[in-house]
Amino acid sequence: MSNHKQTGFTVVKPGIHSLIEDLGRFGYQHMGITQGGAMDPWAFIIANRLCRNPDNTSAIEVTVGGLHLKAQCATKIAVTGAQVSLHVNGIVQPLWQSIDIAAGDDIRLGFAQQGMRSYVAVHGGFAIAQAFGSNATVCREGIGGLNGQALQKGDCLPFKAMDKPLPNLKLAAEHQPKYENEVVLRVLLGYQQAAFHQAQLNRFFTQSYCVGRLADRMAYRLEGEPLAIEAQSMFSEGISYGAIQLPPDGLPIVMLNDRQTIGGYPKLGSILKVDGAKLAQLKQGDSVRFQAVELDQIKQINKHYVDSFSRIKFQSLART
Amino acid sequence: MKFVVAGENALIIYFADKPSDQVASKIKSSVAYIKAHFADLIIELIPSYTSLFIAFDEHKIGHKQLIGQLEVSLNALPDYRNVAVKLVELPAYYGVDVGWDLKRISDKSKLSIEQVVALHQQLEYRVYAIGFAPGFAYMGHVDERIAMPRLNSPRQRVPKGAIGIADQQTAVYPNTSPGGWNIIGLCPIPMFNYTPNSNAPNSQGKIPDIMPLQVGDKVKFKAISRDEFLALGGQLHE
Repeated sequence: MSNHKQTGFTVVKPGIHSLIEDLGRFGYQHMGITQGGAMDPWAFIIANRLCRNPDNTSAIEVTVGGLHLKAQCATKIAVTGAQVSLHVNGIVQPLWQSIDIAAGDDIRLGFAQQGMRSYVAVHGGFAIAQAFGSNATVCREGIGGLNGQALQKGDCLPFKAMDKPLPNLKLAAEHQPKYENEVVLRVLLGYQQAAFHQAQLNRFFTQSYCVGRLADRMAYRLEGEPLAIEAQSMFSEGISYGAIQLPPDGLPIVMLNDRQTIGGYPKLGSILKVDGAKLAQLKQGDSVRFQAVELDQIKQINKHYVDSFSRIKFQSLART
Repeated sequence: MKFVVAGENALIIYFADKPSDQVASKIKSSVAYIKAHFADLIIELIPSYTSLFIAFDEHKIGHKQLIGQLEVSLNALPDYRNVAVKLVELPAYYGVDVGWDLKRISDKSKLSIEQVVALHQQLEYRVYAIGFAPGFAYMGHVDERIAMPRLNSPRQRVPKGAIGIADQQTAVYPNTSPGGWNIIGLCPIPMFNYTPNSNAPNSQGKIPDIMPLQVGDKVKFKAISRDEFLALGGQLHE
């Protein structure tokens, strides 16, 4: 046994549903192993950059809130994503900036007022062994994170103590996202789209859908006026991120990070990744519209996204 | 061969309307070819019954360009009927104590349990797809006489290793899970040999033998006794 005391966070309360995530697991879908990863990669990456980490560094995704940690050593953390209260030793701390944590500090997240998922990054990331090339936790598969499960009371989340102090960083206020209660999801038509009549497509693109009760990391089920789906027998096939399934009840299911890798429901096409991240911040009752985009527009949309990242300014905060 | 957009960085190739041995071979050889020639562009390759799903790195190539290149090269693939196919033999304990639905299949088919079990072992199956859960391999086609629709109401708990039939498909449950297939026995060979504490694949992405089956493989079941099942590491539940 080593004499070194393990350093990291102790999970005092895991909250509603908290998972170790990174940017996902790729290259194993032919084995039935899904992608996983942060549902809102934008907020996830910002949290890591605030902690001076590479983008794909493991961090905690907190769904809804309620996470309570105790630090065993000094480090730096940043909380981004959903609007939650953050208290360190009972004192309110800001989101979207890194903050210094000392040994013994008590870190509590409240419950989301706006948005669904928060990210808690730590300087250097968590020292947890990867499974299939990633730390992403997929509970259904029992793969990733700590023993393939959500955080539990008493878990230790190990990380390396900071060796030298660094100034904290803050995301400029104008770059901090406002999470809305309605989003527009841009759709690239594809898959079985030819099987849908124009009238059905019109109905799909003109109505406003509502996020249903069954909305999780696997998929968001939407409620609205059902489309008439003609019965067609299909063989299961690979499912893209963002694929819009239309099962016989005619209500769309948008497939997200933890989706099953193959399935046999007809699909209209897929939403863009940048919009999937916005969908993942919606909760039951929020509303969604779809908008068709052409293949030619994708490059421009994604360039805009990449550019927006490079324009992001971090302000260095003087040490107090 | 039909190329269809599946997502902003994904496309799907449809090889035929119906799965067959020939289609399975064509998909298998296409997977091998794409892995060998497009490795740096490809993120996921998911072969299934009649299709091959491809997710690619959109920063390196676009849909039209990739489709153009694949169309030329896949159509020019040499005779895929000669693709080497691995035959995997899976031991099966078909006892009525673990084959919960053997009696019902026997009643419905008017065959004896021995005949049902013999028919299940008689054919070589193809692995047409892997999904639903890690390592869950959809195999077909079982003899029509023992084909059975899924249960009306799925069971809460089907044990790891359970051999099931759904319509003309057969499969081995990789882990204990809910399930609606008709259970006819248990297989002692793990379909997904991974636990969080076992050694994960190494950093080069090399996977130690975690899954005995891949899409395109052929499978034959071979009856074993209860003692042989236990000797091979099989576990009896309940």
